[in-house]
Amino acid sequence: MASASAALNPHRYLMDDRRFVGVIFLVPALLYILLLVGLPFLLAIAFGFSDVTVGNTELNFIGFDNFVAVWENDIFRQVFGNTVMFTLVSQIFILIFANILAIIFTQEFTGKWFARFIFILPWATPVSLAAIGWLWMFDTKYSPIDYLLLQTGFLGPKGILSNSRNLYWLANPVLSQISVIFVQVWRMTPLATVILMAGLSSIPTDILDQAEVDGSRFMRTLLQVKLPLILPIMVIALLFSMITMFGDMTVVYVLTRGGPVDYTRIIGLYSFQIGIEGGNLAQGAAMALFAFPLLLALALLMLRTASRAEVR
Amino acid sequence: MALLIWILHNFWSLLVLSFATLVGLRIAYRFRRYGATRAELSHILRRSPFYLVVLIFCFFAAAPFLIMFLHSFKVDGDLYRRPQPFVFRQDPTLEHLESLFTNTAYLDFIRNSVVVGVAVVIITLILALPAAYALARLTGRWGERAGILMFLVYLVPPTLLFIPMFRIVVMLGLKDSPLALIVVYPSFTVPFSMWLLQGFFKAVPPELEEAALVDGYNRVEAFLRVVLPLSLPGIISTIVFTFTLTLHEFIYALVFITNTSRRTLSVGVPTELILGDVYFWQPLLAAALIIAIPVGFAYNLFLDSLVQGFTMGAVKG
Repeated sequence: MASASAALNPHRYLMDDRRFVGVIFLVPALLYILLLVGLPFLLAIAFGFSDVTVGNTELNFIGFDNFVAVWENDIFRQVFGNTVMFTLVSQIFILIFANILAIIFTQEFTGKWFARFIFILPWATPVSLAAIGWLWMFDTKYSPIDYLLLQTGFLGPKGILSNSRNLYWLANPVLSQISVIFVQVWRMTPLATVILMAGLSSIPTDILDQAEVDGSRFMRTLLQVKLPLILPIMVIALLFSMITMFGDMTVVYVLTRGGPVDYTRIIGLYSFQIGIEGGNLAQGAAMALFAFPLLLALALLMLRTASRAEVR
Repeated sequence: MALLIWILHNFWSLLVLSFATLVGLRIAYRFRRYGATRAELSHILRRSPFYLVVLIFCFFAAAPFLIMFLHSFKVDGDLYRRPQPFVFRQDPTLEHLESLFTNTAYLDFIRNSVVVGVAVVIITLILALPAAYALARLTGRWGERAGILMFLVYLVPPTLLFIPMFRIVVMLGLKDSPLALIVVYPSFTVPFSMWLLQGFFKAVPPELEEAALVDGYNRVEAFLRVVLPLSLPGIISTIVFTFTLTLHEFIYALVFITNTSRRTLSVGVPTELILGDVYFWQPLLAAALIIAIPVGFAYNLFLDSLVQGFTMGAVKG
């Protein structure tokens, strides 16, 4: 039959072929993405080895000079350290809160819809706009947080935390770092929670039924059945939010622009300031490339975890 | 207007009162249904720590939004002189909301964001719908590898790409044009949508397509007439999340567009509503809140579908 219709209409035969349709369906998207990401990526590497600036369009290759200059730059070392520190510390908190919240939101309870709406807001709001809210919360003079602390006696003339009326959240080295981490945890927790919820809801119900038949209580089911089963997805959620955070500069851009001094400057922001604002495209690109091996390692780790999870 | 002023003056008492009423009603309902017995009472007591945890999390999530809401209505004197951030000592006002829409480029930002978002959604659907279907059903091992490649590409962060992209955009003469964003945004929306859509397509029973093939449709027709209509809810949720991804994007929008009236929301609000060191706090906070609420609403509406897409995408068929 197939050959008969193929003889009548070769076009039709092609449209029936699984392989052929697969290729023409997949290739446009693949090409678009590879072009749009691959080309700039190669260009980024080329920039890293050249002396290109905004004004000078010529690419003169100067070897490893940019990378050496970047690595010998004390500010960059601090920036690199900040980036790693912010990412790691916030992940710890994100993981703890996301686990609690994922368990909460896979249960049924009164007012769940509204609670979920509230808890999803930090993630749904565009980051830069949410950061504006926090900019006001951490304001030097009018911070509502300071006001609460003042009223409860933590601040003010006899205050426990400080004698002044304000904490100067974004002007103090340690507090500014804490503020940035807090905002990151606040906005990334819902995303990690959603990924974990996907994991929890994909556990086959017969396993849970079996546990119940065997007399397992809520906590025991949670710790000995559910958690081990979603461990791979937990690792994926963790790596995913790490990669997202590593490449994000919005929160620090809005809150501090890297200050005070360099305490909250991170790689993305610094490479923007040097590369675009300062016009030194080559050094900006070299800085961004410094983070790439780390990101690649994280991504490969993530894939390995994912494929292992499938084997089981 | 008078009602609004009254509500804002008594905001906290109203909040607590309405919450207490809801809790009271709920308990009364349970008592009527199951009887006001000791067992029922102890059930409520046992559940209360759980609700307390939910309440604490909700408070932390909502705190800045509550502050945004209250402060959008404050007159300058009430905001800056001897601050009492949680109550109104002078009558609330709508003037800042009005000035946000009349004196600033806020409406331009909204329009630009919508234009960019809609265009990106269309491009994304054209590319991602067939590609996701191919990954879900048609291709074997090499398709799987292509999928992994896409996923790796999705993980290359904008921080690495924005400098060369800026160069290309300038060279093509697209600087300050929404086209620059429309062309570049699919680089992350397409992989994301492919991942989600693949999950939704896998949820369609293959028997239905086979029946369509037997009935004389070819593969393309089977995809268009059987698979697409059946996965419409998934496609709608993909549209919603793709659109909000473009709304969230910051770095490209910051670098490619420097002209005030061409900026999009995520960059326009934090850069253009601040003049040097002068922050117009009330319009600024209102501008953020006005966007946050509808997007949060949409997310909550489509969250279950997102979770389902994630899950199905992860299960290899």
